[in-house]
Amino acid sequence: MTDKNENTAIEVRDLVTHYGNTEILHGVNMAVKEGEIMIIMGGSGSGKSTLLRYLLGLGRPTRGSIHLLGKDITELDAREMHELRKNMGVAFQGGALLSSMTVGENVQLPLIEHTRLDRKTIQIMSRMKLEVVNLGGFENLMPAQLSGGMIKRAAVARAIVMDPKLMFFDEPSAGLDPVVSAELDDLILRLRDAMQMTIVVVTHELQSAFKIADRITVLDRGHILMIGSVDEVRNSENERIQSLLNRRPSTEEIHADEYLDRLTRI
Amino acid sequence: MFILEKLGRTTVSAVVEAGYIFALLVESLFWILVGPFFNQSVRVPSVFSQMMQIGIAAIPIVFVLSFAIGVMLAIQGIHTLKTFGAESQVVLGIAFSVTREFGPLITGILIAGRSGSALAARIGTMQVNQEIDALRVMGINPVRYLISPALLAVLIMVPTLTFFSDLAGLLGGAVYSGIELGLSYDAYASQSIEVLKVDDVMQGLYKSVVFATIIVMVGVVNGFSVKGGAEGVGKATTRSVVMAISFIVIADMIFTYFLNR
Repeated sequence: MTDKNENTAIEVRDLVTHYGNTEILHGVNMAVKEGEIMIIMGGSGSGKSTLLRYLLGLGRPTRGSIHLLGKDITELDAREMHELRKNMGVAFQGGALLSSMTVGENVQLPLIEHTRLDRKTIQIMSRMKLEVVNLGGFENLMPAQLSGGMIKRAAVARAIVMDPKLMFFDEPSAGLDPVVSAELDDLILRLRDAMQMTIVVVTHELQSAFKIADRITVLDRGHILMIGSVDEVRNSENERIQSLLNRRPSTEEIHADEYLDRLTRI
Repeated sequence: MFILEKLGRTTVSAVVEAGYIFALLVESLFWILVGPFFNQSVRVPSVFSQMMQIGIAAIPIVFVLSFAIGVMLAIQGIHTLKTFGAESQVVLGIAFSVTREFGPLITGILIAGRSGSALAARIGTMQVNQEIDALRVMGINPVRYLISPALLAVLIMVPTLTFFSDLAGLLGGAVYSGIELGLSYDAYASQSIEVLKVDDVMQGLYKSVVFATIIVMVGVVNGFSVKGGAEGVGKATTRSVVMAISFIVIADMIFTYFLNR
């Protein structure tokens, strides 16, 4: 375990990951400051979801280190990781609420598992978090009875119930209408401002990203193209970043022979 | 060369899967036995709820099938023994066959089809919906949270159902023997008790413990290996049933060989 700069909540160094024999991330380096909202942006297949999985400790990288709150999670044993996870909240793309439990039970679950609070206190705390995400009164409904936006907000309530220092969002706006998407953006900003959370958001929704980002990391094919403020990314002259921002297809020439060779390679 | 390569790959993946099953089994047992000392107990309400689903809800179908097996054994036994004029010995045949063989086998196959497949589908769906990942990132071990309660419930309910199946099978044999041979229930029961030893019943119960373990571990491993959405869940469920029943029958054969030498 290495002591990190106090101001840095997340630091990734030279991260290389593989899926089978294919290298997905090619030496990624990035840092997220405490209390900052970092957007990880990129097109499909850029490696942003893979990067998130490794930030969450859901895989062992081939090489490199990932420091969360000063601890290198690639070196932590199960018990240390278990402790660290109490300081992490995650809102998955589809919510990932446990479908066999009510919304309230889902939100209460981390408290039941990690604290010795009595049932009544746990119920009150979960209701408070549901109020934060504007889902007060919905605790007795099953996830299947909620809309997409409500599921995502319930997932946020579950993720913040332990008051984590780090919060991760995977495509929070995906599949939502603009109004609900804007509500979620406001919620993310509130979490940073009111609860001083460090937040990482993986998204490809530009409008949402520009609204909430303190800084943006642009990923492309497993490489980081740039890390910068909203304005720096907007004004970047990098062709691939501009393609992404302007939703233009890549103009890069594809050689038919090489493409076919890649397809047929075993 | 291609066949050899395929055979080699299949063998390697089978060994890897066997190792994975064994590791999961050890971890599940660890949480059941040692979890409470780390303040990480298996959820008791979940164990009871699964005992209800796996055990209590299966009683009617276990009874019907076991009763039918008892009747079939009586029909075959009487028909065969008639050749030697020894129909009355059918009681002995039914008693041994039901307690040692058919009680545990029919219960194992039934629970594999009913609950093993449900377990594979449930875990597979959770895998697809990232619920397993959600548990992990919440610091909740999925093995302790999902598998250990299922394993404990099945380890309690399958032997219990097997004993119930034994009784239902013997009853089926008694009913048919009564009709065909005019044998009273009292006489049938006392003959059965006379020929059966505790070991005969225990042999079936030992088997049922192994079958229970096979059902859970095969269901869980197939559930965890789901890829590709709803279609993947369907495939894993089917694979789980076929694998569990195959393993149960093979394990039964091995057990029968070693326990009856």
